[in-house]
Amino acid sequence: MPSKPSMHLSSATKGFVDTDNTEQPIGGRAPLVLNMHRFGEVTHQVCRVAESKPPLAWYVAFVICLGMLGFLGICVNYLIFTGVGVWGLNNPVMWAYDITNFVFWVGIGHAGTLISAILFLFRQKWRTGINRFAEAMTIFAVICAGLFPGIHVGRVWLAYWLFPLPNSMEMWPQFRSPLLWDVFAVSTYFTVSLVFWYIGMVPDLATLRDRAKGKFQQFAYGLAAIGWRGSMRHWHRYEVAYLLLAALATPLVLSVHSVVSFDFAVSQVPGWHTTIFPPYFVAGAIFSGFAMVVSLAVPARELFGLKDLITLRHLDNMNKIILLTGCMVGYAYSMEFFIAWYSGAMYEKFAFVNRAFGQYWWAYWIMVSCNVITPQLFWFKKVRTSIPLMFILSIFVNVGMWFERFVIIVTSLANDFLPSSWDQFVPTWVDIGTMVGAFGLFGVLFLLFCRYLPMIAIAEVKAVMPEADPHAHGAHAHHGGPHDSHAGHGVPSGAMPALRDPRSSEGQP
Amino acid sequence: MSTLTAPKVDAPSTTATTAPFGLMAEFRTPAEIMDAAKRVHAAGYRYWDCHVPFPVHGLDKAMGVRRTILPVLVFGAGATGALVGFCLQAFANAASFSIWALVWVTGYPFLISGKPLMSVPAWIPVIFELTILLSALSTVGLMLLMNNLPRLSHPLLANNRFRRASDDRFFVVIEARDPKFLRSKTEAFLKSLGASHVEVVEDR
Repeated sequence: MPSKPSMHLSSATKGFVDTDNTEQPIGGRAPLVLNMHRFGEVTHQVCRVAESKPPLAWYVAFVICLGMLGFLGICVNYLIFTGVGVWGLNNPVMWAYDITNFVFWVGIGHAGTLISAILFLFRQKWRTGINRFAEAMTIFAVICAGLFPGIHVGRVWLAYWLFPLPNSMEMWPQFRSPLLWDVFAVSTYFTVSLVFWYIGMVPDLATLRDRAKGKFQQFAYGLAAIGWRGSMRHWHRYEVAYLLLAALATPLVLSVHSVVSFDFAVSQVPGWHTTIFPPYFVAGAIFSGFAMVVSLAVPARELFGLKDLITLRHLDNMNKIILLTGCMVGYAYSMEFFIAWYSGAMYEKFAFVNRAFGQYWWAYWIMVSCNVITPQLFWFKKVRTSIPLMFILSIFVNVGMWFERFVIIVTSLANDFLPSSWDQFVPTWVDIGTMVGAFGLFGVLFLLFCRYLPMIAIAEVKAVMPEADPHAHGAHAHHGGPHDSHAGHGVPSGAMPALRDPRSSEGQP
Repeated sequence: MSTLTAPKVDAPSTTATTAPFGLMAEFRTPAEIMDAAKRVHAAGYRYWDCHVPFPVHGLDKAMGVRRTILPVLVFGAGATGALVGFCLQAFANAASFSIWALVWVTGYPFLISGKPLMSVPAWIPVIFELTILLSALSTVGLMLLMNNLPRLSHPLLANNRFRRASDDRFFVVIEARDPKFLRSKTEAFLKSLGASHVEVVEDR
């Protein structure tokens, strides 16, 4: 049924060869798990990443990221010991790289929650192949994001003032401020994402525990698996809890970037004071997040041999979402200009003309070419299914989305109401070092995750295999052949949902 | 399976003084466990369970598991979160009163551009976030609590064959404390379900 069924793959090349499964056969769905028909094969394919030594490229990447992380440490310490003057901030540009990076990283996180929660509610079974590491990406991206507001407050040792804690001064935060909403939104987002990720991982940690050979691995994975035994009575509550978490995370993720956009939209700065910001920011966040998922998935499936689980169909679907959200972002850019003209407000008009043709024109046009033009290439299936092209385009989108935030924040501030107070922002080495270092932090965390934790949701992938259906082809799972004897035997996948069908009446005793 | 070490069969306990935890039957496919579950349920056992590597669709229904009350509890937690969010902000930004002139309840009322102290619309984001936060945390907390997790040890986890319950095997376990449990009879019953292997799980 896959258009090019790869027949006799040896176990060495298994997972390292692409099979085209992007064509939907008539009367069925293209398989999401390729070349595997036994549950044990999926277990092995995913667990071997955590159980064997990683490839050389992993070590190289890890050392590079560790170096960048070290540099981040230097920059942050220099900032804390000297003051925010080490950044290129001035009056009126009081926010620049710090908040640009904050918004950029929070946005990256959104794709993870979209995949794990929204696609779950929409019962998109292909999410199972990518949700685990997309969620991990969310967690690490929000850690990177949290760093920036934490250090930009100046007196870092007073950062706890952000929270409503009783104190001897009898001072309380100002709850009408969007900046305070941000504190609640981002910390809730981090907590809920972490819990969602961890709870989703517990059954797979139990798998790693049960396969662990060493005493230490048994202990560590055993502790993390909190005694999970795959009991169906547990699964029943677990699935309900998972559905509830998905239903809670969906409005949460939409609220987080909306609240982030309120940081700007609620103020009166021309270029910021715009009602389109919340949906526009959310679309941009999903756009950049999916680009990051593609940027991470392409090398990961290559290095760890996960091409049968993160298939071309998964990548094709993600590229379609990038195309869709890219169009939404492009629409938002043009609508901003239209409203600036239509409003008749001269400051608003000036802010937008200045954005495109003022001192930061180059940033604006980088943004437009990366975010509006490059995703249009994804209209072509050749591009959507070409690994090198999608990787390059996803990097472009990441760059473009970073510039989008830079353009919004810096150009609006640099040329505000009074020409006498205009100034230009020029980043210092600390600005750039902190930005680069944050990628190091992200990389270190992500590489450690790839190395030690189940990168793919094993239990969920098994549940979307056609063999998992207890009614149809159940008897196929225990054929005794040593390897791949069934490659290409065509059972339409899609007979059963990934986890509990949200509408099913699971209640009858 | 070339990928797994051959599961070692547990050495029979020489000091057979303690009662076993129960009997464990191994199945190889979702269809088999589904069929077995229906028959164990029909046979009237109470303390028994299926252990599966992934949630087999409809198995809980076949086992006669009743729908969990979790969503109702989570709704309560969410409502609490909303209330906490409202009270927190009302206290912090708008409260200034005393209880019988003894206890002063005073927050930090901000008067900014004549906006009312009780700025409820501006409080919505924090109320919303706290609703989600409390709901999500209680979803997970209550789910674990109801499942009797976390748990550091369990008789089943000490069984070598059971390791494949998280891989590719499906188990029915009938506990010895079940009123209908009779070792020989239950063993024969499990074998009659088409189990590929039946063994005693020691209680340790």
